[in-house]
Parts: sequence; C-alpha cells; structure tokens
Amino acid sequence: MARRLNPWRWVVLGLAALYFLVPLAASVVFTVDVPGQGVTFDAYSQIVSTEGFGSSLLLSLELAAATIALVLLLMVPAMVALRLGAPRLRPVVEVLCSLPLVVPPIAFVAGIATVLKWGPEYLSRTPLFETFVAIQNPSFPFVLVLAYVVMALPFVYRALDSGLRAIDVRTLVEAARSCGAGWPQALLRAVLPNLRGALLNASFLTLALVLGEFTVAQLLGFQPFAVWIYSVGGSQAQLSVAVSVLSLLVTWALLLALAGLGGRDRTASSRG
Amino acid sequence: MTATTLEKTAVDKAATVEFRGLRREFGATVALDGLDLTVRPGEFLALLGPSGCGKTTALRMLAGFEHPDSGEVLVDGEDVTRVPAHRRDAGMVFQSYSLFPHLNALDNVAFGLRMRKVGTAERRSRAAELLELVGLADKGDRFPHQLSGGQQQRIALARALALRPRVLLLDEPLSALDAKVRLTLREEIRRLQQELGITTLFVTHDQEEALSVADRVAVMRSGRLEQCAAPAELYGRPATAFVAEFVGTMSRIPGRLSGDTVEVLGVRLPADGTLPADGVVDVLVRPEAVQVAADGAGDARVIAAAFLGAATRLTVRLADGTEVKADLPTHEAAALGAGTAVRVSLPERPVLVAGRPA
Ligand SMILES: Nc1ncnc2c1ncn2[C@@H]1O[C@H](COP(=O)(O)OP(=O)(O)OP(=O)(O)O)[C@@H](O)[C@H]1O
Ligand SMILES: [Mg+2]
Repeated sequence: MARRLNPWRWVVLGLAALYFLVPLAASVVFTVDVPGQGVTFDAYSQIVSTEGFGSSLLLSLELAAATIALVLLLMVPAMVALRLGAPRLRPVVEVLCSLPLVVPPIAFVAGIATVLKWGPEYLSRTPLFETFVAIQNPSFPFVLVLAYVVMALPFVYRALDSGLRAIDVRTLVEAARSCGAGWPQALLRAVLPNLRGALLNASFLTLALVLGEFTVAQLLGFQPFAVWIYSVGGSQAQLSVAVSVLSLLVTWALLLALAGLGGRDRTASSRG
Repeated sequence: MTATTLEKTAVDKAATVEFRGLRREFGATVALDGLDLTVRPGEFLALLGPSGCGKTTALRMLAGFEHPDSGEVLVDGEDVTRVPAHRRDAGMVFQSYSLFPHLNALDNVAFGLRMRKVGTAERRSRAAELLELVGLADKGDRFPHQLSGGQQQRIALARALALRPRVLLLDEPLSALDAKVRLTLREEIRRLQQELGITTLFVTHDQEEALSVADRVAVMRSGRLEQCAAPAELYGRPATAFVAEFVGTMSRIPGRLSGDTVEVLGVRLPADGTLPADGVVDVLVRPEAVQVAADGAGDARVIAAAFLGAATRLTVRLADGTEVKADLPTHEAAALGAGTAVRVSLPERPVLVAGRPA
C-alpha cells in the first residue's frame, strides 16, 4: 500500500503532538530550570531520596501484579466457558462487567469502608475476623487488590472478548481434546497462546489502572505510589510538577517493559 | 513414503464402531432420532445426507464432544459413551481449518504426542514421518497462515493420525476447498486409509464424493439411518424413494400398481422394494434406464438437451405433462433436438415404485 504523504496527516499529527508535548515539555523545563541556578535536577533527586519512594512504588507494583494475576485467573476460564457453554449469557455478563464503570469510585470506596468497619464487629468471635484484619495489612493491603479487580473488570472483559472473537475457541479446544489433551491442557496449550495479544492488552490496562488509582487507596488509608506522589507533591510547586512528570515516565517505562516482555517471541507466531 | 513409515502408522487391529439407538435433541429440534449403524473393522464408511440430518452430531458423539440423550456408542464392543473425548482414541479432521495458529506444521502434528509425554526426539521424528506421509515433508516449519487450505487439511490429517487412533473421523474435510484440490485430496485420503487399514467415518453431503471413495455409504434422513450399502447397491437398488432420489438423478413417472406389478408407459413391469397400496403410484427411473426413440406418432416431446460429454441428458415431457430425464449416447441424441416428437419406453426389468407425494 503506497501511503501518500497527505499534508493533512502532518497537520493533525502536529496538532496532537503540540497538545501533548507542549505541556509536558513546559513541565520538564519548569522542574529543571531553577531561576538563578541554571539547569539542575535537584527536584528529581529530592523525590527519589524522599522517604517512601521505593516502598510505595514497590507496593504499587505488587498490587498491580496481584491484580493482573487474579483478574486473569478469574476472567479467562470464565469467558472461555461462557463462549463454549452458554453463549446466550454473554450480554448479561457484559453488563455485569461494565457496572464498575457506572459506579463512581467514591461510592464504591464508601461501600468498602462501611463493610470493613462493620464486618469485624459482627464477626469478632469468628475466624473471619482474622481475615478482615489480614486483608487490611498495610504492607500488602489485599483489600485493594479485591477493589482493583472489580474496577479492572470492564477493561479486561473488553480486551479478552475481542481476543476470543478473533479465534475459533470451540474448534481449537475440540482439536486439542481429540489429540489427547484434557480440559486444562487444551486451555493452556491451545487457547491461551492464541490469546496472547488480548492477555497483554488486559494486563496493560490493569497495570495503568492500578498505578494511577488514587481515590480508593487514599480513602482506605493506604499508601501506594499515586497516594505517595500526592503526599510529597502537595507542599512545593516545583516538586509537585516533578513528581507528576516522574510518575508519567514510570508508567510509560512499565508499559514498555510489559510490551517487550510479551512481544519477545511473538515474531514467530504473528499471524498474517 | 517409505515402508517403515507405514508399518509404524498402520493400526494393529482395526476397530468396529457401533451406534445403538442414538437419540439427541437440541431444544425442539431432534438431531438424532434413534440412529443404528455398524461400521466394520478397517472400513471406509461415508455418512451421507441432506443438511441438518444429524451427520455431524453422530460423528461428534463418537469423538466424545456430544452426549446422547439415550442410546450408546460402542468401539470394539466396549461402551465408550461415558469416556471423555481425550481418552476416546479417535483422530478427527474438522470442516473448518483447525490447526493451532501459534504452532508450525511440525508442532501441530506433534501436539498429540506432546500431550502423551513422548520425548522430544521421538516426537519430532514421528511428526516428520507423518508429514512425509501426507506429502508435506518440506513444509514442517510453516505456520498455518502460510499454508494453502488443502495443505492445512493434510496437516490436520497427519495430526489426527499421529496418535495411531482406532478410528479416524472426517467431518466434511474437503468442503472448504476448491473442486480440483477436493478431487486429489479425497483420493489421497482414500489411499492413506487403505494403506493404514484404519476404520474411518467420512461425513459429506456430496453424493458423488461419498459414492466414489467409500466402501459403504450410510444415507441418513432426519436423524435416522435410511440405508447403508455399498455404492453400487445404493445406486442400483435403493431401498427407499428418499435414497433413490438423494443418490443420483431419478425421474418419477406415474403408473398404476396392482399386486406386485405396475403398469407404466403402456407396459406391465414387476415392482421392486416395499410396495405402497394398489392404485396410482410413481415409478422411479434412472436417466440411463430410460429409452427414447424418435417417433412421429409419439406423444412425448423433447424439451431440452444438456451435453455431458459422451452422453447427452434429454428432458422429455410426456403427454400428461410429466418430465422425464434420459441419458443417451451423444451421437444418438444429436438427432433429437428440442421439439422432436419421441416415444419413451422402459427396459423389461423390475422397477422401484413409491407412493405419490400428496
Ligand atoms: N449445538 C447445537 N445446538 C442446537 N442445535 C443444534 C446443535 N448442533 C446441531 N443442532 C441441530 O441439530 C440438527 C442436526 O445438526 P448436524 O450438525 O448434525 O447436521 P449435519 O447433518 O451435520 O448438517 P450439515 O450437512 O449442514 O453439516 C440441525 O437441525 C442443527 O440445527
Ligand atoms: Mg455437519
């Protein structure tokens, strides 16, 4: 296909670039160009050395990893089963999975907070009490993972659904089963490898969601990266801008890393 | 192809397959309505029937992907109805392209061996042998999207044979291919099947395909077996009017049945098969059995002629408006253009009769 260098393309590209890059560049300049001192990276080194940078970033990454693992473990078998067993239920599941989009996070977190408060009172004499305590462990608040799984559902559903549409799941599973593969093997060896792109997309979206999530974590009183950034940036103008530039870069770096990881041996299986 | 390849792939002892009173309903549709069928060891049996008559459902029951509401499936006399698909020992080739898109041809063929935990070296060498068997030894490193439809189905065949299954199931494996590839591939499937001696069920709705490759053809109609016989018998002595008209071309000529003879076109002929009640019936005739001769006094007219090569198929309208098809050698038919007055007759042989459809 001969792609003509349509001048309009360049105009649109240029405008988009201006829209994104100018504020970004301005922010970067603002953070490194201190009046009277010339160019200095003080703001950045100050952030990195601030108490909590490493631990909050690590916490966010752990939360993201746990959320991705949990939501995929939950959704992949469920959606494959839905395709094979009850295709007519699909609209129902689609609506259910989209609900988190319409429930505002603030309402969602209010609900969670209420349950967390009231649960232990009623359950104080049962082993469930321990569970309530355990999931709120500040070094790894599992309750956040649970919340993020729910919040990621709409994105994961859509990513997986488009992936499943592109392959003939039933035939692949049946072909694998007639070759002597049991159900788990058929899923693992015949379906999943062909869902690679969809799995990657779902992971991307979930990672971005978890890294940027602020409301729920803040209101439940935990301190992952987004909350930490907010807490250090609040006091100083220059520092706060540096912090947002940094968080942008961190997110990009992670997404690129994920893409690199997932795309490494993809060349062999890329379909034409 | 080498002798050793064959030796290793050939089945030790071919299996018998039996369907007993299989019944399956999907909501209001009855896909199988008491299907009884026995496939002999090493036989190539074609399942033939109109769309929606339950061929695929029957095959999938043998593969273990579908479960009967009642009835049973037996392999070598053993009831396998409750055995899960992956332990059925049935190789299957699907109608749609079913190769694993993320694996190359060799790994596709080796997939089953991998599931059986066969060592890497043995797996690869055996997969290579199978590729050779289907004539694609040089395409092992191609991915499915780099192969033509015919090549994909050959690889699917090799994959189905890799585990030395007791039965081979083919569900319209050729229907997505163009006419020429269909022809060569069906002959190749037949050759392979004969060499390996594997019991094979081949689903098709193309009667020519069924008649030309199968040892026996089972004609199905709305979930039941209509007739199962060798191709020549099916064509020459169809058991029912449905089989007669589904397999090959048949014309219906009105006649009058009394006792076991039928009066048709002015002659009295013995009637064959299960007879309807006396009275007005249809006599079923093959085009090659109809004799047509020019006769100025005849009350039948040729209305069309279709050139088929050595033969020409004439469509003749009788005095009562019935249209009859007749095959004549082309040189004889040349004299009988459209509009010619002719006389139609039948040879002195038993004929098949059927009740007149309402
Ligand atoms: N999973 C299913 N759900 C509902 N109905 C089904 C299902 N599978 C088959 N049927 C119905 O059962 C009947 C038999 O289907 P089957 O696929 O066995 O026909 P077939 O003989 O293979 O036809 P074709 O030549 O068109 O492939 C059809 O009426 C079909 O609509
Ligand atoms: Mg079918």
